[in-house]
Amino acid sequence: MEIGIGHYLTVAACLFTLGMLGIFLNRKNVIIILMSIELMLLAVNINFVAFSYYLGDIVGQVFTLFNLTVAAAEAAIGLAIVVVYYRNRGSIAVEDINMMKG
Amino acid sequence: MIYSAIVFLPGLGGLIVGLFGRALGIKPSELITTGFLIVSCVLSWIVFWRMGFGHETAHVAIERWITSGELDVSWAFKVDTLTAVMFVVVTTVSGLVHIYSMGYMDEDPSRPRFFSYLSGFTFAMLMLVTSDNLVQLFFGWEGVGLFSYLLIGFWYQRPAANAAAIKAFVVNRVGDFGFALGIFGIFFVFRTVNFEQIFNAAPGVAGQTFDFLGYQVDILTTLCLLLFMGAMGKSAQFLLHTWLPDAMEGPTPVSALIHAATMVTAGVFMVARLSPLFDLAPIALSFVTLIGSFTAFFAATIAVVQNDIKRVIAYSTCSQLGYMFAACGIGAFSMGIFHLFCHAFFKSLLFLCAGSVKHALHEEQDMRKMGGMAPKMRITWLMMIAGGLALSGFGIPHIGGFAGFYSKDAIIVASYAADTPNNYAFWFLLLGAFLTAVYIWRLILMTFHGKTRISPEDYAHLHESPPTMTFALLGLGLGAAFAGALGIHTFIGGGADAFWNNAVVQKTEVDLFHQMHELPEWVHWSTFTAMAIGTFMPFLYYMLVPSLPAITSRVFYPIYVFLLNKWYFDELYDFIFVRPTFWIANVLWKVGDIGIINGLIDGTAAGVYRVTGRAVRLQTGYIYTYAFAMLVGLALLVTYFMFMSGVR
Repeated sequence: MEIGIGHYLTVAACLFTLGMLGIFLNRKNVIIILMSIELMLLAVNINFVAFSYYLGDIVGQVFTLFNLTVAAAEAAIGLAIVVVYYRNRGSIAVEDINMMKG
Repeated sequence: MIYSAIVFLPGLGGLIVGLFGRALGIKPSELITTGFLIVSCVLSWIVFWRMGFGHETAHVAIERWITSGELDVSWAFKVDTLTAVMFVVVTTVSGLVHIYSMGYMDEDPSRPRFFSYLSGFTFAMLMLVTSDNLVQLFFGWEGVGLFSYLLIGFWYQRPAANAAAIKAFVVNRVGDFGFALGIFGIFFVFRTVNFEQIFNAAPGVAGQTFDFLGYQVDILTTLCLLLFMGAMGKSAQFLLHTWLPDAMEGPTPVSALIHAATMVTAGVFMVARLSPLFDLAPIALSFVTLIGSFTAFFAATIAVVQNDIKRVIAYSTCSQLGYMFAACGIGAFSMGIFHLFCHAFFKSLLFLCAGSVKHALHEEQDMRKMGGMAPKMRITWLMMIAGGLALSGFGIPHIGGFAGFYSKDAIIVASYAADTPNNYAFWFLLLGAFLTAVYIWRLILMTFHGKTRISPEDYAHLHESPPTMTFALLGLGLGAAFAGALGIHTFIGGGADAFWNNAVVQKTEVDLFHQMHELPEWVHWSTFTAMAIGTFMPFLYYMLVPSLPAITSRVFYPIYVFLLNKWYFDELYDFIFVRPTFWIANVLWKVGDIGIINGLIDGTAAGVYRVTGRAVRLQTGYIYTYAFAMLVGLALLVTYFMFMSGVR
């Protein structure tokens, strides 16, 4: 069985859905949310690379590199925020983070 | 230059004291306004001499005011004999009232304000009498209305004074409504508001009509009636007279200046100024006669039974203004102005005497609480008698007498010569003359003679007023005694043509004057008889048989109550106008304002509050809710664009 574009897309979609559900269903820890976001970005990256190869266009792979950079930066910032938040509030449970409640 | 000085000096004085009165202090404020007025008064007499006997006229352009299309209004003085007469009346009385007020108001802390108003009033009145066009006249007209409002309500702590001030203002607005319409009409017909041009064009319009709701209406008659409506309001004529007696809430010098000598005469002045116009509208003139002569009678009947010393004089003013209008109505404009001239002196004298009495009694106005004051206040008493003699027209026909004898009796005799239907004007005026003598002598006897009704300790402290007040009284007393005798041959009759120099129309009057000499002798004596009987009756009632007033009021009880309540005019107006207005206002307030407007706005606000109260629950504060909302939104958008772009 030859592995085609469809398989790559399926894997990416699965990963993306997992990431999304991780955000919605997770009620425990903010770090898990960060990880889920990371997961969704990776799914996107798989899509980029798959289409890049399929279409013979190098731009998709270049974009993936940018994406990875951004993801790393985002993870760093996100973790920093979480640390600061924990220092201030003493908890990073998702349940407790609702200061924007109307 | 001299004319500008006369007009603007009082205005300047009023302005200075009005703005800097507190800084200047009380005494300098009084001196500045009074000083400026006296200068203005002296200049007025010079102008009077030059106009009346040197036969000059002058036209001084000051400044352009409004230029808009055809409407061209400028500030300009038209000075002729009529203006000069008004100059003299206004500045002399005003000057003396200023001097008098220095004594009368000596206990009031806000004297600078008072003097500033007085001077400002004088300025507005002078603007009125000098104007050469209707718009400037209207400026002065409203100016005196404003200052009258301020002065009536001078003691603003008193609710009655505020009510009277508002009443005066509102009733005058009714008249001004007609007056303003008249001015609009004149501009519409003549395309100008300048007196000179109106008078030149007026004969061309005489007799022309316009179509109103299918009726043909005479143009000039309509215009004159509308203008006269303004005069009725300002001069407190029948139907619009109700404000004048209430205006007695103001300080007494104000009553003397405004409600006797100057402002209320503005209506008469206006009719005289527009005499070339009125002369072409005979129907309007007969209406003027009707209103004037009826007011003369009607106001006198009320004055006979009033107990408030100032109210008696106020109704007397109403009545005397009626005489002036009656004179204008029969075409004898210069007689009306002559009476205005004489009346200004003796009526302000009477008011200032009443003020002197009030001052001595600490603001007591009820004549039932006076009496026997003559020995304590000799000068006031004498001057009051002089004023009374002048007002009742004391004098012997063909020999001579006090001021009113010349001016009032001339009007009464002329009204007989004018031949109104059934001679109604003559009889009204004659009855009015009788009643005039009755009420003024009743006032003098109740105040100064008989057994005193003042408490003994107050009576012991009674004393004559300070010299500033008695000086003003003496000055006006001279006017009351001699103005008539000196003015009679100048103002009316054969030599008057040269004096007036076409300032007022005299065509009809010359005819009247010839007829007056051919009238039966009894007509000339009728006024004397009315005055004599009228003078005798109060002596009978209040000196000889003091029980008579009580008996008479019991026998004629319905009439007495009817007159005491001023013909129930206030009640009638209250019923016809005030209460419906209150009712409408109440409905608009409760239903319109609170119900609809507040309801709409409050309802909207409450609705927004309710909706947002629910919307706020969407904000849970949990990140996953927002993320889920974003996802759903994204899904919806993608679906939407897929369907719209035809991708199936």
